[in-house]
Amino acid sequence: MSDATVDPRFKRTAPRRPMKLSWSDERVRAIFWQVLVVGIIVAIIWWLVSNTQRNLEVRRIATGFGFLQREAGLPIAEHLIDYSPTDNYLRALIVGVLNTLKVAIVGIFLATIFGTLIGIARLSRNWLVAKIAGIYVEVIRDLPLLLQLLFWYTILQGLPGPRQAMNPIDGVFLSNRGLLLPWIQWEGAHTAALLAAVIGGVLTWMYSRLMRARQMADGQPRRVWPLGLLLVLGLPVATWALLGAPFKPDVPSLQGFNFRGGMLMSPEYFALLVGLVTYTSGFIAEIVRAGIQSVQHGQWEAAQALGLKPGVVLKQIVLPQALRVIVPPMTSQYLNITKNSSLAVAIGYQDIVSIANTTLNQTGQAIEGIAIIMAVYLSISLSISLFMNWYNSKIALVER
Amino acid sequence: MASDTTLTPVTIPAAPIEARNAPISVVGPVAWARANLFSGPVSTAVTLALGYLIIRWAIGFIDWAFINAVWSVPNNQTQACRDARGVGACWAVVTEKHRFILFGTYPYEEHWRPALACVVFVGLYIVSAMRRFWRKELALIWIAALTTIGVLMWGGVLGMPYVAQERWGGLPITLILSTFGLAFAFPLAIMVALGRRSRMPAIKAICVLYVELIRGVPLISLLFMASVMFPLFLPEGMNIDKLLRAQIAIILFAGAYLAEVVRAGLQALPKGQYEAADALGLSYWNKTGFIILPQALRMVIPPLVNTFIGFFKDTSLVLIIGIFDLLTAGKTAIVEPAWQGFGVEVYITIGLIYFAFCFAMSKYSQSLETELNQHRRR
Repeated sequence: MSDATVDPRFKRTAPRRPMKLSWSDERVRAIFWQVLVVGIIVAIIWWLVSNTQRNLEVRRIATGFGFLQREAGLPIAEHLIDYSPTDNYLRALIVGVLNTLKVAIVGIFLATIFGTLIGIARLSRNWLVAKIAGIYVEVIRDLPLLLQLLFWYTILQGLPGPRQAMNPIDGVFLSNRGLLLPWIQWEGAHTAALLAAVIGGVLTWMYSRLMRARQMADGQPRRVWPLGLLLVLGLPVATWALLGAPFKPDVPSLQGFNFRGGMLMSPEYFALLVGLVTYTSGFIAEIVRAGIQSVQHGQWEAAQALGLKPGVVLKQIVLPQALRVIVPPMTSQYLNITKNSSLAVAIGYQDIVSIANTTLNQTGQAIEGIAIIMAVYLSISLSISLFMNWYNSKIALVER
Repeated sequence: MASDTTLTPVTIPAAPIEARNAPISVVGPVAWARANLFSGPVSTAVTLALGYLIIRWAIGFIDWAFINAVWSVPNNQTQACRDARGVGACWAVVTEKHRFILFGTYPYEEHWRPALACVVFVGLYIVSAMRRFWRKELALIWIAALTTIGVLMWGGVLGMPYVAQERWGGLPITLILSTFGLAFAFPLAIMVALGRRSRMPAIKAICVLYVELIRGVPLISLLFMASVMFPLFLPEGMNIDKLLRAQIAIILFAGAYLAEVVRAGLQALPKGQYEAADALGLSYWNKTGFIILPQALRMVIPPLVNTFIGFFKDTSLVLIIGIFDLLTAGKTAIVEPAWQGFGVEVYITIGLIYFAFCFAMSKYSQSLETELNQHRRR
């Protein structure tokens, strides 16, 4: 309970009574209980810590994070930064964190799109569409994620080998080695173009804020999209062209017993991504549906009666109200994807849990290994929470 | 002149006009289909495309799952299954291994005991779901049922041979982990939720720290902690069984999440209820036990059931630390070379078991929600 709602008059009329050393004084009781509970907890922790210290001495297990500088010697199949088994544990763990982020970020992105589509489909006026979406949500949410991951992984492993790979579209191969997609040979110019797109996006955002401020001042709506399009698309294309417009397609092809070229999604990563996205989109669909349904019908009708176009009704009237209901539970789903990505260890995708687990098995330093896992997830969870809370406060209803 | 004219009586036809059926374009299946399936060109196209895909996939699935399926093979000769690879399912792996999947390595001739334990579990769930049993005696029923299950599983009395915990496996483990987890996590959650709303800063801080810490990390990290760190915590010579360690981790995990659900109920209760109880001069525990909790818990029953479903599914994570629950048993059943590669069939079967439990719970939660919200509807 916050004190903000307390009437100031009550504060004035309640003089502080002197504390009596008696059981009937509420403050004495409060202090007694707090001292008791804290004392018990401290005693338990002290007992556990002293046990642990003795056990560590008896078993001659080293403590501290010195092992991070030692050579890891553990092979990691997928790494976003350069890595070889001769690198130290610290680098191996960073590779693990990046792998976790890789699957979590892509998963959050895809699950949001997919879940929103299914949530809207559940409200479709077409009975068949609504029914299929409903069945999907019900079935997906009632099966354990781990079971689904193992299921997808088994299916991917059961696919034919590279020589009989499924080839639905030219340049796309699906085999037991994973999914191969055509890509381009990445060069500095592409990185620069990507950077330019980000800068263009930021500039567009600033421009639209400026235009909005001017509109607030004189009431004249202004077009943002022509310059925005130029900044977001034109700037990167221009950068890319200036740097010589390199473009070499990297289409995978079968050579001998394996593929060459292209971008490979390993079966482990692919199964984890498919499992996480299908599972979480079932939950997101329900959140989106509830959010849309929470906007009363009268809001649609009133907006239409004002003569607003359907697109404007959705953007200016319905979405802002629905988002207020959607964002808080969506935050916990994003946190869930991140935490659930730890199930990667069951199908052999080397995320932070998998690598930290190998580390603690190799070094025997269980406490440090688990502390690392927990610290990584706590900081990821905290960052997502902070960002989503900021976003939520931005869209929250401004009350008087 | 008008006064001279007499009104001539009009004869009204004796039989009233028969009520006619509404035209077929307004009611009936045709009208329904027009409104819900073919209401416009886009809708029609979507319906036709989806209908085509559903029929095609349904035929393909029926072919695979029933028509071309191999239902049993003579003593582990899986050649028939390998021949049917890709065109038909090999349910023989389930026929052959179902006892192992359900009961793990429990002694074969004693399988009736875990089976009976599962029946007791299901009975316990059904009794707990009925509103007429929602009173204090329910706690006694729970204690009796859980004791019965313990006796059945361990044995050692009534002529049943003792079975060590390491040999338990399959469905009973899943049910034990989730049910015992719940039975212990729920009281813990209530205490933590009350503590988080306490006016005593130290107690509040401890509860906040516990809840946020647990909710910030994945369950796996707690399970790893239970499997590799717990042994270090205990004094020498004292050893806790692996199953019990996992159970403690699940209780701690579930407690934090349930506490947040309970706290939502405590917050949703109008302040007047707290003030009225204070005005009556009730002590804190009387106020909480008689006024606050009964109302607050009732409000959050549907989200509580949803959280239970989540835990039931999450117990499958013990696979990662090598405890023999339903999913682990299924995964182990296909390790044998003869049965390798038939994982899909096994996972579908296990999925059906999980689905049956979770679907029942979710339907129950939905019906409860409508029932409990009846007074709000107008």
